[in-house]
Amino acid sequence: MIKVKNLVKKFNDKVVLNNINTTFEPGKVNLVIGRSGSGKTVFMKCLLGLLTPEEGELFYGNKDFYSLSEKEQKNIRKEMGVVFQSGAIFDFLDVEGNVRFPLDMFSNMTQKEKIDRVNYCLEKVNLQGTNKLKSSELSGGMKKRLAIARSIALNPKYLFCDEPNSGLDPQNAVTIDELIYNLTHEFNTTTIVNTHDMNSVIKIGEKVIFLYEGHLWWEGSNENILKTDNKELIDFIFASSLAQKLLKTS
Amino acid sequence: MNLFEGITDYLLVMKKTFTRPVKFKTMVQQIVHEMYYLGVESLPIVCFLSLFIGIVVMIQIAFQMESPLIPKYTAGFITRVVIIYEFSPTIMSMLLSGRVGSRIAAEIGTMKVTEQIDALEVMGINSASYLILPKIIAFVLIMPVIITFSIFCGLFGGYLITMITGEIPTSEYFYGLRAFFTSFEITYALIKSLFFGFIITSISGYYGYIVEGGALEVGKNSTKAMVQSSIFIIIFDVILTQIFLG
Repeated sequence: MIKVKNLVKKFNDKVVLNNINTTFEPGKVNLVIGRSGSGKTVFMKCLLGLLTPEEGELFYGNKDFYSLSEKEQKNIRKEMGVVFQSGAIFDFLDVEGNVRFPLDMFSNMTQKEKIDRVNYCLEKVNLQGTNKLKSSELSGGMKKRLAIARSIALNPKYLFCDEPNSGLDPQNAVTIDELIYNLTHEFNTTTIVNTHDMNSVIKIGEKVIFLYEGHLWWEGSNENILKTDNKELIDFIFASSLAQKLLKTS
Repeated sequence: MNLFEGITDYLLVMKKTFTRPVKFKTMVQQIVHEMYYLGVESLPIVCFLSLFIGIVVMIQIAFQMESPLIPKYTAGFITRVVIIYEFSPTIMSMLLSGRVGSRIAAEIGTMKVTEQIDALEVMGINSASYLILPKIIAFVLIMPVIITFSIFCGLFGGYLITMITGEIPTSEYFYGLRAFFTSFEITYALIKSLFFGFIITSISGYYGYIVEGGALEVGKNSTKAMVQSSIFIIIFDVILTQIFLG
């Protein structure tokens, strides 16, 4: 479980995250939604420890992450799997090398065990047989799936995905959503996904938090998000012309 | 960023760089890999440039030596001194800062803007140590080899031109190469190459590591890496020359 208490993040005098309080439970897909510039990526970077907030506490289990030593923080990071917005695929390694990288660095597996694990992870994301491809030979969707495969190589307790669907066609986006949902339930991970894709919200958002101008504006699930009377959230959900048409016809 | 901030920043990155690697075996593999890409791949251009500089130096000296009072072997002697003392260790290092330095800065800078460095950090890997340290060690180790090749090619260039023009007899050239020679000359050149190898890789690694933004900033920092490396090579050349020869 991840618990966030009174988190405040500023850049110079600009408050980007203002007093955020929330909890992310294991075995659930937690979505963080909001307009571009609402602070989603900053929030995720604070959760990952890549940015240090001015105020607040962050608990991984019962450990206050920000008060831990660098070594203790590293130990928690080894339990994290992260899918960055760009994929962040290591371009100096091939597909197999990317998935194998965390295993090489942190496991004591034999070569055969590593290869088996790589193949298992690639199979999970439907990339079997692509072991020797270079990152430049992969499509956008394949890169995202490879990033997911790398992030699950060490069986993470916490899975973070920053806009995993951005730049993908609707079918690939659905595939990625299903993948994240299945992995979360299969391995009981605490999954946090930044997105502004409403399909993802409806399909996999077991818990949804809406960030608006740096505030946690709304919190709920995909079941009650469409029943909300929160004006800012409604404006966000039904911003696209397709959604507006559906709203009018319903 | 002012000079003081820049130096402080550089030292902080270096402090982060010189830490225990996560896995020694992986680092050894990286060092071997970098020795090939930064060192061995630089050899053709180093040898080519050194050969022609050797030829030009020899032609220039032979052209200046019209007085019969100056012994012919002086041409070989001066070529040797120029090549060993300054051209191969210093000027060649400045040229390498363009090839190797900009490559390192661009590679690490691109990794920074494409979030690959963030990916390393969230895995619990010290990205500075993982990316910069093997490059520094590899290049410092391979630099003396590169400079030795450069010296050999430079002197060989001088020999070629004596053969082609015949203006300075080959025997005189070889006598000049050996005249008043002490092994310290080579030691001095190789010591300088170690320092310059460190300067090129650490400064370029630093400029790559601090990139913020996109492709434009990667380009800017690659240029800065090359320029700053060249400036520090010249400054340390003065300091080392004063220490060893002053």
